Amino acid sequence: MTYDLLRHAADSWGLLFLTLVFVFAVWRAFRPSARAHHRDASLIPFRDESPNDD
Amino acid sequence: MASKILDHGKIERNVTLLLILALITVAIGGIVEIAPLFWIDSTVEKVKGVRPYTPLELAGRNVYIREGCYNCHSQMIRPFRDEVERYGRYSLAAESMYDHPFQWGSKRTGPDLARVGGRYSDEWHVQHLADPRSVVPESIMPGYAFLKTRDLPVDRLDAHLRALRRVGVPYSDEDIAKAVEDAMAQADPDADASGLKARYPKAQARDFDGDPKRLTEMDALVAYLQMLGTLVDTRAAEPMEQAR
Amino acid sequence: MDALLFRSGGWFCAFLLAVVACMLAVDSAFAIQMGIVAVAALVTLVATLRQADFETLGGRSGRPVATGYYDDVIRWGVIATMFWGLAGFLAGLYIALQLAFPALNLGLEYSSFGRLRPLHTSAVIFAFGGNALICTSFWVVQRTCRARLAFPALARFVFWGYQLFIVLAATGYLLGITEGREYAEPEWYVDIWLTIIWVSYLAVYLGTIVRRSEPHIYVANWFYLSFIVTVAMLHLVNNMSMPVSLFGSKSYSAFAGVQDALTQWWYGHNAVGFFLTAGFLGMMYYFVPKQAERPVYSYRLSIVHFWSLIFLYIWAGPHHLHYTALPDWAQTLGMVFSVMLWMPSWGGMINGLMTLSGAWDKVRTDPIIRMMVLALAFYGMSTFEGPMMSVKAVNSLSHYTDWTIGHVHSGALGWNGMITFAAIYFLTPRLWGRTRLYSLRMINWHFWAATLGIVLYASSMWVAGIMQGLMWREYGADGYLVYAFADVIAAMKPYYLIRATGGILYLAGALIMAWNIAQTIRGKLRDEAPLADAPYDPALDKPIQPVAA
Repeated sequence: MTYDLLRHAADSWGLLFLTLVFVFAVWRAFRPSARAHHRDASLIPFRDESPNDD
Repeated sequence: MASKILDHGKIERNVTLLLILALITVAIGGIVEIAPLFWIDSTVEKVKGVRPYTPLELAGRNVYIREGCYNCHSQMIRPFRDEVERYGRYSLAAESMYDHPFQWGSKRTGPDLARVGGRYSDEWHVQHLADPRSVVPESIMPGYAFLKTRDLPVDRLDAHLRALRRVGVPYSDEDIAKAVEDAMAQADPDADASGLKARYPKAQARDFDGDPKRLTEMDALVAYLQMLGTLVDTRAAEPMEQAR
Repeated sequence: MDALLFRSGGWFCAFLLAVVACMLAVDSAFAIQMGIVAVAALVTLVATLRQADFETLGGRSGRPVATGYYDDVIRWGVIATMFWGLAGFLAGLYIALQLAFPALNLGLEYSSFGRLRPLHTSAVIFAFGGNALICTSFWVVQRTCRARLAFPALARFVFWGYQLFIVLAATGYLLGITEGREYAEPEWYVDIWLTIIWVSYLAVYLGTIVRRSEPHIYVANWFYLSFIVTVAMLHLVNNMSMPVSLFGSKSYSAFAGVQDALTQWWYGHNAVGFFLTAGFLGMMYYFVPKQAERPVYSYRLSIVHFWSLIFLYIWAGPHHLHYTALPDWAQTLGMVFSVMLWMPSWGGMINGLMTLSGAWDKVRTDPIIRMMVLALAFYGMSTFEGPMMSVKAVNSLSHYTDWTIGHVHSGALGWNGMITFAAIYFLTPRLWGRTRLYSLRMINWHFWAATLGIVLYASSMWVAGIMQGLMWREYGADGYLVYAFADVIAAMKPYYLIRATGGILYLAGALIMAWNIAQTIRGKLRDEAPLADAPYDPALDKPIQPVAA
């Protein structure tokens, strides 16, 4: 565990990993098949009449 | 499997997964940015002259923190022509290496204090702290006259040094054993301060608040202000900095 | 019965411990703080015993089944938010006046700027903002999960424990107890207490999400959740310190110098990012759609907003340390990420504003919507200004000046304040079962007083800050600095006065709100003309008849 090792890991694989995670998150949000699901999710705040707790 | 993960709402539905992903995302930034500072030696180069605070200076520093001086005064001179001219040579990382906590500040409602030591007389400081506008008419600093009348509690200073040693300040056993004695000696013109000066090079020993009979919080605070920025011979430190 | 015994016994032990700590205290300030803890434990003990339902405990009547949402603690939260808001604004106004009239420091240690300034910042951020976040998050998580709050007793503990944290921190500042690092001033024992509270808060929040009957976790909860978790992480790392004595208030930070500076600003900046931004965005993503009665403009944008915000924000801290002794690479990293932050921030702002598309008339007719729009506008403005100020060239001028103060307040007063006010106006009639607020017109007054206050505050501090920075670096033809530091202080006075005027207006708006909220809670309705469009008279709506020749 040296400083150099950490730095190199951070600006190569670490950077790549985080970028991929981010791209994945964006892709997931924007893929067409999620549209209906997102429309439904955006209506959640309007379905709050009572808790369905049992 | 892949389709199951990619299927809508896996992440959004699994609170543990959401929590862990979010935590990883925020933890990485801190790890990459902060951790290296603890791994590398080059962050804080050793600069000759930097030493831990004497017990009295430490007590003064604690008064400085207690009164919230850092809310208006910085202790970090940036490498700009005007700042260097106004306040002195720019600050080196090593100069605050024993500062638990750091007091760089973020606002200059009042001037920077990183190198205020030796710029004014003790009398000026005492007068200014007690009634700032009697010395600087434009000043908007609060008055701290009460520091003059309040005895400095010294009897537990050894415990303070011990706590600091636990977080990495190299106080020796002798430093700790003589903490109380050193604090008294530094502000007492009649005391023998040779031991103090041997343990803490460049320590200034004299009565600071104009009342040699008492050891007050004013003594401690002025002792602290008068040592700020005086430890490092900045001219000697210059070539070392450029080498970086 | 066992539970009652366990609980009251626990509080009694806490009381005894506090009394012992009070007696063994090595400094008087610690003794006072432990005295406060002892009183708090005693009050809780009495409350626990008085509220115990002995009929049920004795088996003489059935255990009542709790149904519906658990809103008790939210009602207290609304009142606490209002109270601490007023206290924090007042403290802010007072210290603003101290800068214009230093005699107001009164020469007492308890009333000097250095001790009151942390009181102000903590009161508005952690007391006002924190209570707003806790109570709205409890409301939002129940409604969007359609589940009753998990562990109501723990939720009560979170609320009242958090109030004790505030009281300990605030009295501590006045007594001179501080760790000496901005926004993380409370000492070690208060930090430990807050950690306990925060873990309980996370448990209540997660517990409710786990119980949800809505399969999808609504995006507002993501923001709240990341706020809770990240603040826990920041708090734990940044407050590592070594107490001098277990019975004394003083501790020394575990880090020193550069490391301490970076840890502190990593904390300090992300307190802004996750406390004042992520948490309040959670509020925005619920209350703006609710008040506008239409779903958020783009749900997918909100998801991207979330991930990019938490990914970028955490790196931005070093921009508080430009040109200091911090290594250059860390400064540059901080600057780059700060500039990138502009994008997701504006994405979020656009998402919030566009939620109103097709309903823009509400900005005219609904004063709560108007507040929300203003909050979003200020969010956009300060998230543009922030990245700009983190550019090293700009920062070399703006750092250490009042420009920073102006920037912070356009975000805090404009974004955090306004969205909180709007949320409380939304919640109050619903929490107390009133048909409407006491007065809608008073919201209008509040809106304009606050807006004018912010404008005065921000503009005066921009001008003053830039002037200050330029005066410090002004060189004359002779090659010497033109102004002494004292000259610059003297030049600030008019701007400090304008700023204080802005503060008075903002406080006045909050007072109007407090009255409005109090009357609503009491069930009063103000007799007033409804807020409506310009009157329409069909009889007059025709061309003027030409005068017969």
